[in-house]
Amino acid sequence: MINQINEKEIEEIKLTSKKIRKEILMMIHNAKSGHPGGSLSSVDILNVLFTKCMKHYPDGKNNINYENRDRFILSKGHASASLYAIMAHCGYFKEEELMTFRLLGSKLQGHPSNTRLEGIEVSTGSLGQGLSIACGMALGLRLDRKDSKIYVYMGDGELDEGSVWEAAMNAAHYNLKNIIAFIDKNKLQIDGKTDQVMSLGNISEKFKSFGWNVFEIDGHNIEQIYNTIEKAKFSDKPCVIIADTIKGKGVSFMENNASWHGKAPNDEQLQEALKELE
Amino acid sequence: MQQECKSVRNAYGKTLVELGKLNKNIVVLDADLSCSTQTQQFAKEFPERFFNVGIAEQDLMTTAAGLACVGKIPFVSTFAMFATGRAWEQIRNTICYSNLNVKIAATHGGITVGEDGASHQSLEDISIMRSIPNIMIIVPADETETIQAVKYAAQYNGPVYIRIARTNLPDIFNEKEYKFNPYKAITLKEGRDITIITNGETLIEALECAKMLKEKGVDAEVINMPVVKPIDSDTVINSAKKTKRIITVENHSIIGGLGSAICEVLSENYPVKVTRIGINDEFGQSGKAKELMAYYGLNAQELTKKIMGLIK
Repeated sequence: MINQINEKEIEEIKLTSKKIRKEILMMIHNAKSGHPGGSLSSVDILNVLFTKCMKHYPDGKNNINYENRDRFILSKGHASASLYAIMAHCGYFKEEELMTFRLLGSKLQGHPSNTRLEGIEVSTGSLGQGLSIACGMALGLRLDRKDSKIYVYMGDGELDEGSVWEAAMNAAHYNLKNIIAFIDKNKLQIDGKTDQVMSLGNISEKFKSFGWNVFEIDGHNIEQIYNTIEKAKFSDKPCVIIADTIKGKGVSFMENNASWHGKAPNDEQLQEALKELE
Repeated sequence: MQQECKSVRNAYGKTLVELGKLNKNIVVLDADLSCSTQTQQFAKEFPERFFNVGIAEQDLMTTAAGLACVGKIPFVSTFAMFATGRAWEQIRNTICYSNLNVKIAATHGGITVGEDGASHQSLEDISIMRSIPNIMIIVPADETETIQAVKYAAQYNGPVYIRIARTNLPDIFNEKEYKFNPYKAITLKEGRDITIITNGETLIEALECAKMLKEKGVDAEVINMPVVKPIDSDTVINSAKKTKRIITVENHSIIGGLGSAICEVLSENYPVKVTRIGINDEFGQSGKAKELMAYYGLNAQELTKKIMGLIK
């Protein structure tokens, strides 16, 4: 049976999303560097996934590396601030540590590092590699008769990388139905609009023709995110959730603006942004 | 007398099967070259643990990384050119940076790829692997050393690159006596006048060369250095103290490979004159493996001529 989410839970998630967005901005402001745009667009999905859908470090009682956990790969590693904030929220490490983000000696590297931070399955940062890693995890877990899900989070700009499509073939060929991929389709990459930099065409039809199940959702609608992930868990094929998102979501002057891809807000901009998120 | 030559690729394939029987976590991946790399032997024995990803080396390396993430011990094979060249960044950023337990056993390294020519002759693989942190690099010289290196890699925790020759090679080591030690190079022949340091396919040529030099009154020390990284500096420095003249020989570009590694050790610790013999800064070409070894100055006769010229 497919799980349901109630109104109260939705409200809680929305509150958490606000908290995470504020933390992301403070982390990037403190580090004077980072990627606000793509971090903010990923918040609602990562929040729903980590707090409601994914089987992982549930209550601090089990080890972070407990055997039957689901796996998560942040293929677009530059959204690390968002991942760290949600991990801290879930109790992987103390929230105070968030302010060490990108500083010398920190566990919280600019892009996630598995050898620095427990709970990161694999280091990422170079685009186009997460989906293949997911394929390997799925193949290995299947050999061990484990039904853990493998969630992999990609950007739409990342789909420019040819290696994504090698992996898309691999997942379909070996019918890796435990893979649930997300495309954070915020329609912008560093140099501008994805359609202008390198046209992606119809992403949904591309994945369908590669042999995947495809869902298309509003990446900021909590209920839709939840229901789609829960449905995707029963997919008979590898499955991709294409999420229409807003780059910089939640901060008016950052929204849909490619210049906020990899830039830190100054003191004034931070205050303005935090006010908007009250 | 011509010694019998054995296929080290076949030995690799057989060893994988043997390892697969002992440990169910061993898995093997290939990119449409399983006949050439001989991973097909494992594929036949353990089809459920063999994954062909097609002609997609980037996916090959990162899929192996994913398998390692969930506790498998992946052996990944294709030609050295594509393993290290096409997928360098996957090896660097996903396998080595994450320090994953992936074994890259690439065949067809060096000029001896032969008739396929420069596009397939990997003369840079050791160089580009050597600059990546966390990875061990092994270049075995015969069947026994290949088998032992592969077995060592299977029980060692961390990324390993093994370069397996395309050519058939004569036995150098006795399978009962030889014990592969990743931290110790082997002095196969003691000598006083010069030191030849080599590995892989050129070891047998260096040993022959040492015999020819002996006839000409030159007493050469021959060191086999199968592990290029981490390098056994002590053996190199001690031999340099003795002979004061080092010659490195490799089936690889002279830039960045074994010769460069030896220069790095000696220039910082005990500077003596080093001459690097290998493929100069150029691409290879088609030809029979033996012809190419002679043309590029890597067989025993050419090495002897070159070394006699150097020490005159």
